[in-house]
Amino acid sequence: MSADGQGRSHWFDDEAGPVVRPYAMTRGRTTSAAQHRLDLIAVVVTEPHADDPEDDPTLSPEHVDIVELCRDTSQTVAELSAELDLPIGVVRVLVGDLVESELVHVNRPVPPAELPDESILRDVINGLRAL
Amino acid sequence: MIFGRSERGKPPVEPVTLKILVAGGFGVGKTTLVGAVSEIRPLRTEELLTEAGRPVDDTSGVEAKNTTTVAMDFGRITLREDLVLYLFGTPGQERFWFMWDELSEGALGAVVLADTRRLEDCFAAIDYFERRAIPFLVGVNCFEGAARYPADDVRRALDLDDHVPLLMCDARDRESVKETLIGVVQHAMAQAAQRRQTVTT
Ligand SMILES: Nc1nc2c(ncn2[C@@H]2O[C@H](COP(=O)(O)OP(=O)(O)OP(=O)(O)O)[C@@H](O)[C@H]2O)c(=O)[nH]1
Ligand SMILES: [Mg+2]
Repeated sequence: MSADGQGRSHWFDDEAGPVVRPYAMTRGRTTSAAQHRLDLIAVVVTEPHADDPEDDPTLSPEHVDIVELCRDTSQTVAELSAELDLPIGVVRVLVGDLVESELVHVNRPVPPAELPDESILRDVINGLRAL
Repeated sequence: MIFGRSERGKPPVEPVTLKILVAGGFGVGKTTLVGAVSEIRPLRTEELLTEAGRPVDDTSGVEAKNTTTVAMDFGRITLREDLVLYLFGTPGQERFWFMWDELSEGALGAVVLADTRRLEDCFAAIDYFERRAIPFLVGVNCFEGAARYPADDVRRALDLDDHVPLLMCDARDRESVKETLIGVVQHAMAQAAQRRQTVTT
C-alpha cells in the first residue's frame, strides 16, 4: 500500500489544511460528488456484487464497515453513524464514496408531502395501534 | 464458479422510512418518550459543529479548536418489514437549530413536549414548527408533583392555534406515547387534506 506513496499521508489532502480527527478518514473532504446531503433516514443498501470490500485498497476500514453492515440488513445514515460512532457528516462522505464506486446504493426518503396518497399514513397509524 | 458472500443470503429489504421529531425544553422527557416505544434503546448520533453553530461539512478546512459536537438520540419502530418509523429527539439549545432544519426536512410531524412547571421552555419549538407549517401537537408530560391544569388553560398559556392538538401524556408509558404518535400522524393527514382542498378550491 505504501509503495505508491499511499501510506499514512494517503489520508491527508494537502489542500485541506488541518483536519478534525474524524474527517481525516475522509481525507479532509467534506463533500462528495455523488452525495447530496443524505437525509438521516436515507437507506443504504450494499450491492450484491460488493463481495470483498476488504480487498479493495482504495477503501478505508470505515468504508468496509459500511459495506458489511448494509449487506444483510439495510441501514439508515443515522444508524450507521450510531453504530460506527462517527459524525453524520463523515458517514455522508463515506457513503457518497461508496455510491460513486457502486458498492452501495441509497434510497432517499419520500417527503410525506409528496406521498401519492394517504395509504402509507394509514398504515403507520394501524401499525402503531398494533404495537 | 465462485460463490460470493452475497449469494448466501437474499437481498435486504429496502423499507420506506419516515420520521417524527420529539422537541421540547431541557429534561422534559424527550429521550424517555423515544425509549418508551422504540424497539432499540435510544441510539445517539452526533454531528461536528463549528463554533458558529454550522455543521462541519459547510466549511472546507476545519480547525479542531473551533468545533464542538451536537448529539441527537433516536429510536426505531418497525411497523412492517417494509415500513419503519424513526423518532428523533431534537437538541435543545437554539444554536443547534440548523440541526432542526435538517431533521424537520421531510418529517411527518413533531411532538412538542411541555412541562407545566416551565411552559416557556417549549415556546421556541412551537414557534419553529408553526412557522414552517410542520404538523405538530403538544404533549403535556404529566410529571408527578406538577399541578394539573385543564387543557384549555395550557392552550391559552401557550397561545396555541385552535387547530393544533394538545393532549396529556406520560412519556414513560408506552400506550400513552403510542396515542401521542397516532395523534401526530392523524394531524398530519388532516393538514395534508386541508392543503389539498385549498389547492383545488
Ligand atoms: N415522573 C415522571 N418523570 C419523567 C417523565 N418523563 C421523564 N421523566 C424523568 O425526567 C428526567 C428527564 O427525562 P429525559 O427523557 O432524559 O428528558 P430529555 O428531554 O431527553 O432531556 P435532555 O435530553 O437532557 O434535554 C428523567 O429522569 C426521566 O426519568 C414523566 O412523565 N414522569
Ligand atoms: Mg435527552
